[in-house]
Amino acid sequence: MDKMPKWADVILTPLISLILAMGFSALVILAIGESPWEALKTMVQGALGSSYGWGFTLYYATNFIFTGLAVMVAYHASLFNIGGEGQAAMGGLGVALVLLYLPLPHWGLALPAAMIGAAVFGAAWAFIPAILQAKRGSHIVITTIMFNFIAAATLNYVLVNLLRPVGSMDPATARFPASTNLPSLTDMAAAIGITWGRNTPANITFLVAVLACFLIWVLIWRTRLGYQIRALGRSEPGAVYAGISPVRITVIAMLISGGLAGLMAINNVMGEAERLVLNAVEGAGFIGIAVALMGRNHPLGILLAALLFGFLYQGGGELALWTSIPRELIVVIQALVILFTGALDNMVRMPLERLFLTMKRTSRGAVK
Amino acid sequence: MTTASDMLGGRSDTAAPAAIELRGISKAFGAVQANRDISLSVPRGTIHGIIGENGAGKSTLMSILYGFYKPDEGQILVGGRPISISDSQTAIRAGIGMVFQHFKLVQNFTVLENIILGVEDGALLRPSLSKARGVLKQLAAEYQLNVDPDEVVENLSVGHQQRVEILKALYRQADILILDEPTGVLTPAEADHLFRILKGLRDEGKTIILITHKLREIMEITDNVSVMRRGEMVASVRTAQTSPEQLAELMVGRKVLLNVDKQPARPQAPVLEVRGLTMVDIDGVERLRGIDLDIRAGEILGIAGVSGNGQTLLLEILGGYPGKGAKVSGAVQMNGGPVPLSGRGCGAGARRRDGVGHIPEDRQVEGLIMDFTAWENVAFGWHDAPEFNKGWLMDNVAIRRDAQAKMERFDVRPRDCHLAARNFSGGNQQKIVVAREIERNPDLLLIGQPTRGVDIGAIEFIHKQIVALRDAGKAILLVSVELDEILALSDRVAVMFDGRIMGERLPGQTTTGELGLLMAGITDTQNTPAEAGIPPETTHDLPEGRA
Repeated sequence: MDKMPKWADVILTPLISLILAMGFSALVILAIGESPWEALKTMVQGALGSSYGWGFTLYYATNFIFTGLAVMVAYHASLFNIGGEGQAAMGGLGVALVLLYLPLPHWGLALPAAMIGAAVFGAAWAFIPAILQAKRGSHIVITTIMFNFIAAATLNYVLVNLLRPVGSMDPATARFPASTNLPSLTDMAAAIGITWGRNTPANITFLVAVLACFLIWVLIWRTRLGYQIRALGRSEPGAVYAGISPVRITVIAMLISGGLAGLMAINNVMGEAERLVLNAVEGAGFIGIAVALMGRNHPLGILLAALLFGFLYQGGGELALWTSIPRELIVVIQALVILFTGALDNMVRMPLERLFLTMKRTSRGAVK
Repeated sequence: MTTASDMLGGRSDTAAPAAIELRGISKAFGAVQANRDISLSVPRGTIHGIIGENGAGKSTLMSILYGFYKPDEGQILVGGRPISISDSQTAIRAGIGMVFQHFKLVQNFTVLENIILGVEDGALLRPSLSKARGVLKQLAAEYQLNVDPDEVVENLSVGHQQRVEILKALYRQADILILDEPTGVLTPAEADHLFRILKGLRDEGKTIILITHKLREIMEITDNVSVMRRGEMVASVRTAQTSPEQLAELMVGRKVLLNVDKQPARPQAPVLEVRGLTMVDIDGVERLRGIDLDIRAGEILGIAGVSGNGQTLLLEILGGYPGKGAKVSGAVQMNGGPVPLSGRGCGAGARRRDGVGHIPEDRQVEGLIMDFTAWENVAFGWHDAPEFNKGWLMDNVAIRRDAQAKMERFDVRPRDCHLAARNFSGGNQQKIVVAREIERNPDLLLIGQPTRGVDIGAIEFIHKQIVALRDAGKAILLVSVELDEILALSDRVAVMFDGRIMGERLPGQTTTGELGLLMAGITDTQNTPAEAGIPPETTHDLPEGRA
């Protein structure tokens, strides 16, 4: 069967979805008596109009890249990991424990150590749902979402009862040692003589995230493990025929997925807050699902989608700050984007496919 | 065989309108022209066969008749009146009934409940059920369509389930019955019974369209036959005035060898020895009951049987992957060494390393990953092979080179290894699997349904490859529900029924009738296993070649 050209599949479809989402958002803003044009200008100006805006946009995008990649790896094994939220929260605990209890004299040492801590804790949190799915057939969607709640409750307990410094009223850990603080993108720009994004949280983790995109691409499309993950995802009986163990690959895919979600903590816990606070993930685990969907489960797409959602997050914040559009509306706009680019993807894709087919047919007819 | 010419034109007056007539039907899916300008006229009271290779457009044409697809162009006339069939309800109202290859029955409903499903007369079931019971009794008497109306469908044999499908169509007052590959799942005896039913229906004035790829069936029961090739109707002839050879040539567009050329086998040392192989599935049901088999190097052991009698499980166990929760016992030896049947050392990967190749029964579910490209599929199952890997990474360049060469040697078309497996026709998909498994030069090749859904041209090619592997001194276990194929290829034939080997025969010294009895679980008195070691005669005609 014919398909539409790749560019239409990868670029045109999400673009149209996005425009539809923007159109509907505009209607909503009109309905509450505000100017959509002003709103858009405020968002673009606030998120992309200055290095300050970019600093925040990139920071948010970094979170979404990790959680998006986490969803993607599981997806290729046909597992729907919606436990990114809990796995990222546990990753934060891993980071905090490493940084609080290991003497690490320099961030260059602290970064790999904290990454191991984050990935191991995130992966461990994904391991139980994975083994339940692989061995017992407990549905991964149910178990991972339950584990989000368990993670939240566990962190609550740990922060309040175990890690809270004596005398503090705040359910958070102590500050991490200053020697472990990551260089921000501002610092790095300054090192090569550029003034960029002062007082923004974007840090070196963004570069780690971009590197992760590349490595995950290599993993999925260039390694034997990736081949096995994709084969299992497409056909379990086929995988069994080919000598691929569904149990083993399911568990490995979920460990990688959980590890990636956990790695998000490098950005928000180690890079930004420099201590572990309650509810540090702030829904980034769920945004990862939309990012993976919109990014067509490809690292490059995820990178772009994460940037878009970073823009929405930062732009939305600016909107609340500078206009009388209430904060809740920003959530509506973000939801509309998720709805159109993720959930309603086929609504745009199918008519578009049909359009391309008829165009092809008529053009061929004309040649004859 | 009934003299078909007697029936031509049907019982009604020749001037009467055809039961169904197609005029210039065309249908395209994207760039693929599935049906091109098809015209066909089926007189009332005849059996009309439609044959063609896979992808010739038969199924599309029938789907148009049943309202699943709308034709791009053309006209359909039923009983002389043009109608537009927009959905299956319209088709049913126009008197068209369809019996699909895969039955559309609710497994845990009774026969009666299935029959009235969708045509209940009111909110209460009882009146409909009792009405259906009456009609059913009448139909059963008229057409030898006996089925217990109160039996739950899942307890019925496949042949009986098919009768329920036919009854469903008749209950909806179908005058035109379309059957899509109806004998694929039947034993020879069941198929014979089906043909008697169909002849009875025809004699009562019903019109029957039979879609099949089996030339023998066409010759046996149709009055007229139409041949499709690449979306076009290339010929419509009276069955009595044609021959299987001519039909095959029309289907493929060139002369086709209908029999397999092979020399007598020269079997050597045993490669596979199976003793008392028993398998109990996850539900505690004994599915294999003490299988004993020997396969020697340089011979083909064929396993005949109606599907679902344990052949699939046997292939899976020998291929290293017994189903989930299955308990396997017995002893299997390969090349003199024991083969572990469970735990560590049991697995498809381990079997491959021992020199087992496996062409699985269902290429779309097991043999290929349909969304993978052809080159990715060439590494499927062999992705651990050193020549496909470079350290941590897979050597995609080497895999592609290998894939392209295999596609060249096995004439896979289109010869584009970047195309997804699902975009190849059934025959070409199967060639990819066959190339992958045979070119590994396995000591033992397990083959399940090598030519299911494969066109004649590709069947010929695949059969040649299998025989060539045998002549290279390899052991081959062939499972097929096509008796013709078993008889043509095998050096020895074992018949499986209900998890047992019912008996072993030499293909030259048995008949389809005898094998058919064994397939139905009936052992005759002279049940002596075939003498091993006597090579069978050189060439076996496919029975369809005899007609």
